[in-house]
Amino acid sequence: MKFGVVVFPGSNCDHDAYHVISKVIGQPVDFIWHQATSLEGYDAVILPGGFSYGDYLRAGAIARFSPIMRAVTSFAATGGLVLGICNGFQILCESGLLPGALLPNRTMKFVCQFVHVRVEATDTPFTHLYERGQILSLPIAHGEGNYYCDAETLERLRRENRILLRYCDEQGRVTEEANPNGSLDNIAGICNRQRNVFGLMPHPERAAEEALGGADGRILFHSMAMALAELAQD
Amino acid sequence: MRAKIFVKLKASVLDPQGKTIHQAVQTLGYRGIEDIRQGKYFEIALSDSLTRDEAWAMLDRLAREVLSNPVIEEYRVELEETS
Repeated sequence: MKFGVVVFPGSNCDHDAYHVISKVIGQPVDFIWHQATSLEGYDAVILPGGFSYGDYLRAGAIARFSPIMRAVTSFAATGGLVLGICNGFQILCESGLLPGALLPNRTMKFVCQFVHVRVEATDTPFTHLYERGQILSLPIAHGEGNYYCDAETLERLRRENRILLRYCDEQGRVTEEANPNGSLDNIAGICNRQRNVFGLMPHPERAAEEALGGADGRILFHSMAMALAELAQD
Repeated sequence: MRAKIFVKLKASVLDPQGKTIHQAVQTLGYRGIEDIRQGKYFEIALSDSLTRDEAWAMLDRLAREVLSNPVIEEYRVELEETS
């Protein structure tokens, strides 16, 4: 089992992701430079948070044309696990691997705080170790996290149970007040139809150890590792 | 030849930047401004070796593939002759 963390110019959560995979869940992991053209030998790829290419044009818009993204697209098509965190989620949307787009926050403010999110679906390699309805405390840190898609796409996401995380309050109520950025339907994370590509705005890698204020995010990485281990046994 | 490409959010998409500017403008005392929406504008210098048709086709593709995100934005291309 091997993880890869893609490094774009301007990524700044790449080392956090690397640390969690190598030290917290103890799995092999490499950094992958954005100029690389192959993902051979990898089982899971993380597109980390940050400000790839300075968020020029639109967040994630330039990173999408990096050579590695062609490899990520075919990797995803063959069932490889792809996790996009924050800027990684923006890149996945820009590249069309996930539907919709992330607009500037409703308030126009950069939001950096812990929020609550509710786990809405557990039938994915990323969330199967959580319980449905479980309330997680995870940090967000973004200026453009306001998820948007057209009505038809939203209907499809709901029908196919592809909204994996929603912003909620401490009691798990999905309310307007608990929505930190104006996201449609309080969406904090969605997956693709095949359920092997997951993008989310919160940072699970920043909440994977109690010493850092919470460990709710660690389970996500354990889920991925266990899903890959089970796959390897089949 | 030179070209201009205008990119703006679709009417159905909320524009928080435009809204914030509008609010500030109202605070400053400007009267009669009902709405402001912010877009992007690109000036593009083209090689003389391109024909007009080639330029149009390329600029349309550029606007669609790179400069705009069709999920949230729409674009307009203007091509002008330089002497």
